[in-house]
Amino acid sequence: MSLAGDLERSVLAGAERGVLRFVAAGSVDDGKSTLIGRLLYDSRAILEDQLAALERASLRRGAAGIDLSLLTDGLEAEREQGITIDVAYRYFATPRRKFIIADTPGHEQYTRNMATGASTADALVLLVDARKGVVTQTRRHLVLAQMLGIRRAIAFVNKMDLVGYAQDAYERAVEEMRSFAAPLGFETLEAMPGSALRGDMVAARGGSLGWFTGPTLLERLETLESGAEEAAAGPMRFPVQLVSRPHGGAARGYMGRLESGFLLAGEEVAVYPGGRRTRIRGIRGVAGEREIAVAGDSVTVVLADDLDIGRGDLIADAGAPPREARSLDAMLVWFDAEPLRPGTRLLAQHASRRAPACVSEIVARLDVNTLQERSPDGPASANDILRVRLSLQAPLFVDSYRDVRATGAFILIDEATNRTVGAGMVS
Amino acid sequence: MSAAAIASRVARPVRTHLDWLESEAIHILREVAGQCQNPALLFSGGKDSSVLLRLAEKAFRPGRIPFPLLHIDTGHNFPEVLEFRDRRAEGLGARLVVRSVEESIRRGTVRLRSQSDSRNAAQSVTLLEAIAELSFDAAIGGARRDEEKARAKERVFSFRDEFGQWNPRDQRPELWSLYNARVRPGEHVRVFPISNWTELEVWQYIAREGIELPSLYFAHRRPVVRRHGLLVPVTPLTPPRAGEAVEELSVRFRTVGDISCTCPVESTAGDAEAVVAETVSVRLTERGATRMDDQTSEVSMERRKREGYF
Repeated sequence: MSLAGDLERSVLAGAERGVLRFVAAGSVDDGKSTLIGRLLYDSRAILEDQLAALERASLRRGAAGIDLSLLTDGLEAEREQGITIDVAYRYFATPRRKFIIADTPGHEQYTRNMATGASTADALVLLVDARKGVVTQTRRHLVLAQMLGIRRAIAFVNKMDLVGYAQDAYERAVEEMRSFAAPLGFETLEAMPGSALRGDMVAARGGSLGWFTGPTLLERLETLESGAEEAAAGPMRFPVQLVSRPHGGAARGYMGRLESGFLLAGEEVAVYPGGRRTRIRGIRGVAGEREIAVAGDSVTVVLADDLDIGRGDLIADAGAPPREARSLDAMLVWFDAEPLRPGTRLLAQHASRRAPACVSEIVARLDVNTLQERSPDGPASANDILRVRLSLQAPLFVDSYRDVRATGAFILIDEATNRTVGAGMVS
Repeated sequence: MSAAAIASRVARPVRTHLDWLESEAIHILREVAGQCQNPALLFSGGKDSSVLLRLAEKAFRPGRIPFPLLHIDTGHNFPEVLEFRDRRAEGLGARLVVRSVEESIRRGTVRLRSQSDSRNAAQSVTLLEAIAELSFDAAIGGARRDEEKARAKERVFSFRDEFGQWNPRDQRPELWSLYNARVRPGEHVRVFPISNWTELEVWQYIAREGIELPSLYFAHRRPVVRRHGLLVPVTPLTPPRAGEAVEELSVRFRTVGDISCTCPVESTAGDAEAVVAETVSVRLTERGATRMDDQTSEVSMERRKREGYF
């Protein structure tokens, strides 16, 4: 296993490309757990005691060798132990990158889990069974991933060992997948054949897919553009989390994380609400003063003018301002068991700001299998995806979710129960 | 000239995975300060909470950490860890609140089978009592998702009801970095800023930042006995059993908890860099190698967590 040796060297040398988050999705029995197990195993994220537990569990279930799928709990095992079926996060690293996998179970609470996992993901890794091709769940995953703003999808056409590694089976599956996904508008949509069970084309190429010349899954994941890299290209957006008022002469600073674009000392910016113009006087990073901050950096900003700014305000690119909105058209994923009734008072949380809000109208309900929007009949229930109109009691400063994820996203909170009841994306 | 055009001319610092994790943790800590009325940071003097403390220091610089530190003392702590805890808190000018399992035992809210029984689980009771007594609405902890299966599914902002219970079946959906810390009086949230870190990354960060730790974390000679594949330190609380041979080995602790259930591993790593190197090649998970209480059952952590454990 040369990967482990490489990891050792690179960790010590510090050569790398940051973090990539991806959501792993697939329909039941397509081998998603095996694939995740394989990635963890081959990158040596699995340790001896876990391996021993895995061997014991595999033996109990009568498996011939180690069943890698048990490593991530598997749906069945979770049910047996009464552990919640929910998004789980897994970690592994290669010499180049740290990876965070959102492992989203395909059954119960499926929409909620997929939306949650996809919300922070840079990429979708979609499992497709080479024997079955694209099934209903594959389509749902693609639709949800795209809706949640994932721009890069990789279809791993799995179980190639069960179709004799035949190229035409792979090509049929890819063709099906592409003809469904093309209108969704992913920036990149790639496919590769493989077998998670045998390890073909996951971390190593294996010997049975000589006709495929593309990279392995891991190679591709190592070089894929990350969300942070994408966000850096967007308009500057800096939601203020806190104001620091240090004693003894130091200037007042605005603390937050740069969510989009660049911040440069000297640059003209606008502050919302109000749109007042000022300049960036200085940027304090965690390790001291700096000239520039890039999307993803937590910093403290000092401005040239003394303005009244507090938590919830937004410092933004003066040349590409956000939209001041008192009402919003948005796609909304409803989570709560309590049905959504238009007119109910809720709290919208957007970046670091909150505003009382209500869904004034449910415009349509989306059928994720067909991509059709239907007229909503009656109140919406849990896991519905809706097109809604939202009225806000105080303005929010938003972007279209397509353009800037961080300032296009919001959650809805029920003020009576404090539950997070919905997640929305500004149209 | 557009900002992007200017930016392309300025040398752009490379963001390593540690920078990414640090930035995320700082964002989370600032959200706690922005959303919660009365948070506390759980600080034991251990490595994860020492990392947490460094992150909090950085998050609020040049100001002070805007919340007190809380330690639940099991009464079975290593003395040098307590000394370290006090020294760190004093150095930062932070307010340190200590509540002890011993007090809960005196009150009768904690009952142990024997004095030497592990007090790891009993901490939950004392912690919840402290949270109620001091009206904390958020407790920031150093737990990580890679530690254990049950944790892999826990939110960064994890809601606790008025009994301090975690309900894994009914967690608040957590999307993007939009954290919902709203609670009613008597309820609270646990917040885990280093959820996405692994043990290796904790050590890499300790090495990079030069974070001071109790010396137990580095190789030293200590009398131990071998029991169920673990090295059990010989202390007044954990004497050797009949027939067990006491050996003196070069060891270090990977986790430092209650004396009665924390075991060291063989090691020659004398500093953080050496621990990073050992961690890269380590073959056992942190909890599997060092915690007697976690070996009991695959679901023991989930059970304890439901009851209010960290």
